[in-house]
Amino acid sequence: MPELTVLVFLPIAAAVLILLLPKSYEQQSKWIALAASVAILALSVQMFFGFELHHSGYQFVERHKWVDVGQFNLQYFLGVDGLSMPLVVLTTCLTLASVLVSFSVTNRPRAYYACLMVLASSVLGVFVALDFLLFFLFWELELFPMFLLIAVWGSGRKEYSATKFVLYTIAGSAFMLVGILVLAFNANTFDIEVLGKTEFHGTLIPLGWVFFLLFVGFAVKLPIVPLHTWLPDAHGDAPTAVSVMLAGVLLKMGGYGLIRMCITMMPGVAEDWDIWLAGIGAVSVLYGACITLRQTDVKRLVAYSSVSHMGLVLLGIGALGNTGLVGATYQMLAHGLITGLMFVMIGLMYERTHTREISRLGGLARQMPLITTGLVFAGFGSLGLPALAGFIAEVTVFLGAFQRFEWAVLMSIFGVVLSAGYVLWMLQRVVFGPVKHEWDGVTDQHHWWEHTVVVGLVALVILLGVYPKMMTDMIGPAIDNIVVRVES
Amino acid sequence: MNSIDLAGPQIAVLIAAGVVLLIDALMPQQRRLLPFVALAGLIASALWSASWAGRGDYQDAFGGTLSLDQYAIFFYFLFAGITATVVLASIDWVNREGRGQGEYYALVLTTCSGLMFLAAARDLVTIFLALELSSIPQYILAGWGKDQKSSEAGLKYLLLGAIASALLLYGMALLYGVTGTTFLPDIASAIQANGEHYRALLVLSMVLMIAGFGFKMAIVPFQMWVPDVYQGAPTPVAAFLSVGSKAAAFAVVIRIFFVALPATFLSDDWSMVFAILAAVSMTLGNLMAVVQTDIKRMLGYSSIAQAGTFMIGLAAISVTGDEFTLGASGVLLFTATYAFTNLGAFVAIIAISQKIGSDQIKDYAGMWKRSPFLSLALAFCLVSLTGIPPTAGFWAKLYIFNAGIRADLAWLVIIGVANSVVSGYYYLSVVRQMFLGDAEDGRTIRTSPSIGMALGAATLGVLIFGILPMPLISAAENAVEVFAR
Repeated sequence: MPELTVLVFLPIAAAVLILLLPKSYEQQSKWIALAASVAILALSVQMFFGFELHHSGYQFVERHKWVDVGQFNLQYFLGVDGLSMPLVVLTTCLTLASVLVSFSVTNRPRAYYACLMVLASSVLGVFVALDFLLFFLFWELELFPMFLLIAVWGSGRKEYSATKFVLYTIAGSAFMLVGILVLAFNANTFDIEVLGKTEFHGTLIPLGWVFFLLFVGFAVKLPIVPLHTWLPDAHGDAPTAVSVMLAGVLLKMGGYGLIRMCITMMPGVAEDWDIWLAGIGAVSVLYGACITLRQTDVKRLVAYSSVSHMGLVLLGIGALGNTGLVGATYQMLAHGLITGLMFVMIGLMYERTHTREISRLGGLARQMPLITTGLVFAGFGSLGLPALAGFIAEVTVFLGAFQRFEWAVLMSIFGVVLSAGYVLWMLQRVVFGPVKHEWDGVTDQHHWWEHTVVVGLVALVILLGVYPKMMTDMIGPAIDNIVVRVES
Repeated sequence: MNSIDLAGPQIAVLIAAGVVLLIDALMPQQRRLLPFVALAGLIASALWSASWAGRGDYQDAFGGTLSLDQYAIFFYFLFAGITATVVLASIDWVNREGRGQGEYYALVLTTCSGLMFLAAARDLVTIFLALELSSIPQYILAGWGKDQKSSEAGLKYLLLGAIASALLLYGMALLYGVTGTTFLPDIASAIQANGEHYRALLVLSMVLMIAGFGFKMAIVPFQMWVPDVYQGAPTPVAAFLSVGSKAAAFAVVIRIFFVALPATFLSDDWSMVFAILAAVSMTLGNLMAVVQTDIKRMLGYSSIAQAGTFMIGLAAISVTGDEFTLGASGVLLFTATYAFTNLGAFVAIIAISQKIGSDQIKDYAGMWKRSPFLSLALAFCLVSLTGIPPTAGFWAKLYIFNAGIRADLAWLVIIGVANSVVSGYYYLSVVRQMFLGDAEDGRTIRTSPSIGMALGAATLGVLIFGILPMPLISAAENAVEVFAR
């Protein structure tokens, strides 16, 4: 069975089906979306457990001819390895979560769920495509649903934010496309597997520039400071489910691209630039944390904390060692789940209080025990409490980077200290503290779907925190392949 | 009869032109049928071409002066498609204009037949005749509008076109003088025999011919007419000019240079000439397009830049071995994708400007809310013109850049890529206006069925060939096999 094709295109098929629904049935579109996301989750979990851990190459490979241009054979080439498999499962988990938290959406539900499904398809496509051009197509495809989801179903300055998001990504992808073409012209192929084994000589423009071009494309998505300014706007104005997808998986496309393309294809350049990668990472951690401290909007607060956490990914990548890269990958997974949970909780709270102003909220713990518990869980995960997923990731990144970049790790650790500050302070102001009469009568009476999402995500955060071996056994061998190339 | 059969696709179009005139004269109350007669003629022509493609025994007609080969067939299809789109896009405008409806369609069809003859011609005299057959109706069409701008456009096009024809004729005369024949294959053998003694004359003749065709292709430095004519001519006509005569000029230039002048001591020269023209056209065209505020002028300048990109394929003649024709097939691929992409853009502009009465880019602000269909289609075509996947334009650019790199023209390809980035700026700024700007006038824009059909077909083509470009690429590669040595 072509698992990956089904995985990638099932959501698109569901989107088509949803759009074909007659208007009188439009409220049923959520069930189709739910069915599709349960199906891809089940499929990806089945693949996850069917994955052969000691097999170092790509698995579930599908390869067909697509286009011949001159001497290029472009392929429809899909496959997963230990790096992408966990990210695929993360995507399917969060897709289901974002469908469930969207159940209350009533404004044009058909278009909404169709966009959400196309978004899921494109992100899955990015993670499993092994032809550089196919990868790029999925990368671009994601822009259309994202633009619409933010611009139509968002809040506040939604159109401005949607456009800013699209413009930043397009500018980044223009750089990336040039980089892709230069590499492809040199190696006469777009095959990511082959490109990852090629030694490039005599490229059209110096290889360092190519690295820079690709780096910019991915760094916008990650995002790094100073290319991060689209993120708070996009998050602030996006509907809850889209924030979950954006923070949970879209940012990971950047980290995945950096590891899969920049580091694997140009290890020599990465070695020359490692101090920059680690330095930018550390600056992102610290700067992100400082900015987070003074946010007044809960959602923007979490958005800035994402900048800080994704800085750790870059720090781990910059370490260029086994431990650092595994840590970076683990941080992507942990951040995806924790921040996803965080946005879900904030979304639920917003639905009940209709405000995200920290100064207006307060003392909600009594009325909203479930939301408070979820939020506290997410917050503790975010500040790196041991036994939760974030802790493992942070420690691994620090261990990996400490040998080479002591100073960067020290900077980042200070950033993590700040994260404890902003998380606890936020919790104290939002859910604890004196009861405010404004919120009398507000309860967290919840539906089964909200309950499911919260319980599921909390369980995953704990699982990854106490049993990291499940993931590291899979990530490790894939990272080893890359590190071998860096070291040679 | 056999020769007539061979020229069938052109004759079908000409017959349709005659029928259009007759209906217009004899049954004036049936005028609304005119575009459908024109379309029927074009479909008949395409079917005839298809039957030739099916039969596969390509032949020469009229003593070898017309060559009905897969190369000509490729362009027959292309021109029939272009003309059909133009006819569909013209219906509203012609109905509103009211006068000379029969003449308008007849002239469009005559141009189409001229373009088809041009693609098949294999003799300098036939080439020149076909060029005039396609040009003279276009001069008239450019001046078809009632306003002064249109008259100015028509006159400008006529005068500069006449100069270009004279230059071309000069070049052809020199070539004839050196080789003693006007038949392209014979020219090639004459040059092979003792051409090297006349190298200076041959180069001069080439330069003159490039100048003559350069006018039709609208490349720098023969581009002066472009912005004024595009802006002044009725928009459907501007669309026709921007793709039809450009494609035909490239078709005939490939045939002349690959069939008659492939001798190495010449091709090194002309490939360098083409490379320089390409670089200059791309750069100047784009720089001028960036500052335009009128969308038709912008597309005019951008079409100059696009012609420069086509030309990379011509410059890539020095590709060795089996891939000798790589550049030529790149040009064909680019011509075809550019044709429906640019037509799509023009058709969308026709639809919009008819309703808002303006061609200023700033008046496109907020178009997304007024007509999602038009703005999506226009945005898609502009993205394809920039060359971003998954659109047909991307594959064409990739193909032609690849040909450039094979021919050791990396410097030219780098200029090309840099220019694509510049072009992205102005193409996408229109998109930004449409999707982000605030409309002063929030009324929705209704699209007429004919425009919707033309635009839908063009955009669908861009999308389908963007995802599955293989059929088009194989067709282009198959077409240029006639030049393989």
